[in-house]
Amino acid sequence: MSRSCKAYIAGVFEHPTRKAVDKTIAQLHAEVAIGALKDAGLTKDDVDGYFCDGATPGLGGMSMAEYMGLDITYTDSTETGGSSYLVHVGHAMTAIAAGKCKVALITLAGRPRSEGVKSLAAKDYGDDLPERGFEIPYAPVITNMYGMAAKRHMHEFGTTSEQLAWIKVAASHHAQYNENAVLRDVVTVDDVVNSPMISDPLHRLDCCVISDGGGALVVVSPEIAKTLGDRCVKLLGQGEGIKHLNSGRIDLTYTGAVKSGPVAFAEAGLTPADMDYVSIYDSFTITVLETLEDLGFCAKGEGGKFVADGNLISGTGKLPFNTDGGGLCNNHPGNRGGMTKVIEAVRQLRGEAHAKVQVPDCTLALAHGTGGSIAQRTGAATVIMGRNDA
Amino acid sequence: MTNPERVYADPSINMETEAYWEATKQNKLLLKKCDDCGETHWYPRAICPHCSSSNTCWYEGSGKGKIYSFSVMRRVEIPYVMAYVTLDEGVSLLTNIVECDFDNLSIDQDVEVVFRATQGDQALPLFRPVA
Repeated sequence: MSRSCKAYIAGVFEHPTRKAVDKTIAQLHAEVAIGALKDAGLTKDDVDGYFCDGATPGLGGMSMAEYMGLDITYTDSTETGGSSYLVHVGHAMTAIAAGKCKVALITLAGRPRSEGVKSLAAKDYGDDLPERGFEIPYAPVITNMYGMAAKRHMHEFGTTSEQLAWIKVAASHHAQYNENAVLRDVVTVDDVVNSPMISDPLHRLDCCVISDGGGALVVVSPEIAKTLGDRCVKLLGQGEGIKHLNSGRIDLTYTGAVKSGPVAFAEAGLTPADMDYVSIYDSFTITVLETLEDLGFCAKGEGGKFVADGNLISGTGKLPFNTDGGGLCNNHPGNRGGMTKVIEAVRQLRGEAHAKVQVPDCTLALAHGTGGSIAQRTGAATVIMGRNDA
Repeated sequence: MTNPERVYADPSINMETEAYWEATKQNKLLLKKCDDCGETHWYPRAICPHCSSSNTCWYEGSGKGKIYSFSVMRRVEIPYVMAYVTLDEGVSLLTNIVECDFDNLSIDQDVEVVFRATQGDQALPLFRPVA
């Protein structure tokens, strides 16, 4: 069948660098933009919409539009951390459907590795941040916050460290074929649970890599997609949302995916069972486990059993995930992994993933982004895509 | 068992939270509830997040609760316990657990508030296991 859609992804590019000591952030934005436009068969002069996150240098997209020489009539710099780029995809779909732009460029770049690991400390937004006084003095960092989510999930559902470890094991099986991946060695469950404890129950190998780099996406109207050929990927549905601490009535066992998933699946007219491949945000192993439950790939609390025994490994498992090696092994540019989630899903739908991890006849795929902290305030966005003939 | 504790950073204090931080210096943990809907919320705000009323008022909490979840941060110079504690009043707050054995903590464990001076002589509420 051929599904109708509002917009297509025509171009993607993942920067090959993982440590960019000799490049500025602006330069990285421009390099990924050029790469994605070339991949689409377009140039910067075709771009009329520009999207970036709140960490991009300058006010919104203004400085980067100037740096790259873009002529922009539509812009969006929504900031939801690592999920921003999947939010941008949805907003680009809507803008294109409304006739506000025809070629939307979305870029991400960051250098946390070259600049030192600033990522582990909570960013200080000053005294205007309302929750600041009630959190910062207790020294929350991303690892101990996600550690608390994992600990609570274990308490309520009996999830084990070994089950979480299977998520890293699956990612490592895929990363061995990615020559750009930070970690290419295949690891075992024992390797993960015997790696140093960072903030229990999360071990070093439960955590994602820290890397420099970036990526870009080009989203185009159906009319333009027709001129670009069958490498264009259909955008079938998107959803987003914010989950927070709910005035003190907290529940750390789920993520914002409970909001974004149903909206995306409803728009696409599809269900989790229809997906041939998934890219799931993987800042930590627990992020993947909770997200798979929240998106409906298994029941709440069953995530541990679902991911165990290689079920996420391409070729052997029922639900191949993060075939580039994900944030856990390949790349987490700028501490923001949403961009690369979309890029690998597009590779799968084009049949351009590495032959060892390519899902045969991959027709429908999902990418999910998580931003902020799942144990505090978190953004979520889900994008459902289809092959050109889906 | 007592572990060494880090020097605690000062809280951020503003017009909405001044009374809370004045009270911590008297070893009191204040909470805010709404006079219109009756609900307690955390962290304390001028506007009730449940019903949007401005009629929020301070009251002194029991200082008692249970550990909702915790994580021992080990890869730092002075290890510490990050935790969410669910107070008897029903709201959960972010805190550290002190005066404890790191390897002998559990979810649902009973804890009580204890206060520590911060770097700039404010007072920070933390929690310890009930003996």
